[in-house]
Amino acid sequence: MALLANILIDGIAYGMVLFIIAVGLSVTLGLMRFVNLAHGAFAMTGGYLASWLVGLQGLPFAIGVPIAVALTGLIGALLEVLVLRRLYRRSELQQVLFTIGLTFLFVATANFLAGPEVKLIALPGWLKTPVDLGIRTLPAQRLLVIAAGLVVLVLSAWVMGRSRFGVWLRATVDNTGAAASLGIPVKRVYALTFGFGAALAGLGGILGAELMPLEPYYPIKYLVLVLVVVAVGGMGSINGSAAAALALGIIETASKYLASDWGSVFFFLAMVLFLACRPHGLLVARRA
Amino acid sequence: MSVPLLETRQLCKSFGGLHVTRDINLSLLAGDKVGLIGPNGAGKTTLINLITGMLPPSAGSVHLGGEDISHLSQAQRVRRGLVRTFQITQLAPTLPVGRQVEMAIHEREGSIGRMWKPLHAYQNVQDEALAILQSLRMASLSCRAPIELAYGEQRMVEVALAMALRPRVLLLDEPMAGVPPGERQVVLDALASLPSNLAILMIEHDIDLVFNFADRMLVLAEGALLAEGSPLEIRRHAAVRSAYLGEEA
Amino acid sequence: MPNLSPNAQQLWRQFLPYAVLMAIAGFIYFYFPDQLPLAARIVAIAIFVMSLDLVVGYGGLATLGHSALYGAGAYAAGLLAMHVSANPLLGLLVGACAGAVLAGISGLFLLRYEGLTFLMLTIAISQIVQNLASKFRDWTGGDDGLSGFMVDKILGLASFDLQGRVAFVYCFVVMVICLWLMRRLMASPFGLACMGIHQNRQRMAALGTQIRWQLLKLYILSGVFAGISGALAAQVAQIVGLDTLGFELSAEALVMLVLGGAGNLWGALVGTIIFASIHHWASTLNPYHWLFIIGGMLMLMVLLRERLGRALSARLHALRRTVSPITVRTSA
Repeated sequence: MALLANILIDGIAYGMVLFIIAVGLSVTLGLMRFVNLAHGAFAMTGGYLASWLVGLQGLPFAIGVPIAVALTGLIGALLEVLVLRRLYRRSELQQVLFTIGLTFLFVATANFLAGPEVKLIALPGWLKTPVDLGIRTLPAQRLLVIAAGLVVLVLSAWVMGRSRFGVWLRATVDNTGAAASLGIPVKRVYALTFGFGAALAGLGGILGAELMPLEPYYPIKYLVLVLVVVAVGGMGSINGSAAAALALGIIETASKYLASDWGSVFFFLAMVLFLACRPHGLLVARRA
Repeated sequence: MSVPLLETRQLCKSFGGLHVTRDINLSLLAGDKVGLIGPNGAGKTTLINLITGMLPPSAGSVHLGGEDISHLSQAQRVRRGLVRTFQITQLAPTLPVGRQVEMAIHEREGSIGRMWKPLHAYQNVQDEALAILQSLRMASLSCRAPIELAYGEQRMVEVALAMALRPRVLLLDEPMAGVPPGERQVVLDALASLPSNLAILMIEHDIDLVFNFADRMLVLAEGALLAEGSPLEIRRHAAVRSAYLGEEA
Repeated sequence: MPNLSPNAQQLWRQFLPYAVLMAIAGFIYFYFPDQLPLAARIVAIAIFVMSLDLVVGYGGLATLGHSALYGAGAYAAGLLAMHVSANPLLGLLVGACAGAVLAGISGLFLLRYEGLTFLMLTIAISQIVQNLASKFRDWTGGDDGLSGFMVDKILGLASFDLQGRVAFVYCFVVMVICLWLMRRLMASPFGLACMGIHQNRQRMAALGTQIRWQLLKLYILSGVFAGISGALAAQVAQIVGLDTLGFELSAEALVMLVLGGAGNLWGALVGTIIFASIHHWASTLNPYHWLFIIGGMLMLMVLLRERLGRALSARLHALRRTVSPITVRTSA
């Protein structure tokens, strides 16, 4: 029973991390139709920045992390403005190749600047203490991750569905020319969306540093995971990404606890099943 | 009374509550040239998609030469002689025209899956492809790829492919769509050179063209057959005029 | 060639690239004898990238899971040599069958999907295979890999020498045969159908093509050659590791293919040689610096493609006409 609870909690936490990282990719891939395989690099960047700010610079966790997230978002937005927006009209294969090259650059730069060892983010005392929720006690870090995931889910859904920015984004994606002529600041919308996605990825990288260790090969190692969440959840569907991330996170955690020598077989089997039954996304019923 | 070459019985299609095709009964004999007209959104292309098997019907059946083909796949119907052309030209953009016609012939002959003999060893296929292109006065285009061709010429390649399949029934979906005035004659000549024992159903917006081409007219409006008759009768038909022709000056 | 008949001219045009290839191979054999083991490995991988070209370049199916077929061939050949027979040609045959069987089974499932879904599923299948190989380490050696198998003399003639001379000749001969076979098979009506499916599925359906069946044949064919290349690499290296089933290999192969140009098999060979050579040279430096180089190359390639593309394409087009599988008939 305790095992089941552990699996659930760790699984949900893992799923939340995957979701927070993946949501930006789901939006850029699904709505902006831009294949950015370098997305994992943003997660790594956020983690590395947090590790540097909190570890080497001595900033408190609660200050260093938001700064790291904001910086990552800034890097993402700058990248979009300076380089990536030239590629929107290129073919998918070209976008794939370019962003793979970009990923390699991030990996090599991380090694160049910080060396090949795993980077740890020192958790402050208040995150290491267990929190008593009444039914059971949880490590505070897990609670933070789960809470962060929920906040991101609710906020993204609100922004996309209800806010003016969300309307702008959907209009821009549907018909850039028409949106521009309506006075929507198209370039700013793209840059902001990309920046937010990158920032969220950075946050995910920070929160998931325990489960997905920060080292130079991070973007390549975990690219597949993030792509899986996006594909299974359905490109562009935030709720779908959340559902996919949680389901897959729990399955992967369970298999680590119960059948570790099988590796990730069940994760990928589950992925195959989900995609086979719902090729357009977990929450999207089969189109007629 | 001969068996109709193409027949639909009570063919219906709805998407949820939206009835796109209602109770269509039509029948074509060999040599029939039937024009299908109707306002935009009447369901003309949907009807073709239903007949060819691209879209499954909600009710009703399709028969080819007396055989019920309602459960056959699109590919199986093509092999039985039911061929269509597309409203927006669908060609392999960079394969040479001659090769595409050869491809159609290989499909027809069933040799498309053969892996050993190279294409140039099939001399009779190459000769036939050239002959088809020559009959359409397109032999000089044989080595060119569709992206290099003018739109009217691309439409003609579609006709060439259709002919290469030796259809019994040919469904033409707006063959003149998008063809600039200067190239229309080429397409018209191609249509005129089609074999006379073919049953042809043509959708067209160009009223003059379809009235000159067809022996019989079908008028579709809101998914149902509004009227049927000779071109002259249709021209005079009151309901048709108000629903369709009446909208024009 | 004014004195040769049109048929002879055709034959000469087809033979010329192979002649050039053999000249290059001879050059490497005699002037770079200490690079032969590396060259042998590059040649083996080239077959793998060519097999990928069949699926990606001809069939238009973007896949990132092709390494599963390669690894299947590698492990099959290794296990055969270890437990049954050390005959290298038999190993190639078994590798081909392993690749074909895996391609057939996975293709039956995969080809029901298209686009991104198909791509993701190919990743999933190959990850499942890799994880299973890790699980059944009694058979595969797990993380340590499969090793300790020896390979007999080829055709009873030559055994592998330490300098890699025999290995290089062996790999090169196999590669040329595979290249010739693949080009021949794609010059058939079947190859034309695959290209048609790649360029316009709707058109092919309207011609009556059984699309999924032809694509399955293509996938299995690709599996045959991927399996052969894996078996070849296993025999030459005499070790098989889990990385033969990894995502990195699939991704690298795709990069090699695009580097050289997809759709005519020669590009696969060229791309492999370029990529592997740069990789080898750059990895003598810091292994991470290699990523700077390849990353920069990829980005530049894409950014400059527009400008370079137009300039090169006219010249390449003319060149490709002479090596293209769809040879343009000279007018009768």
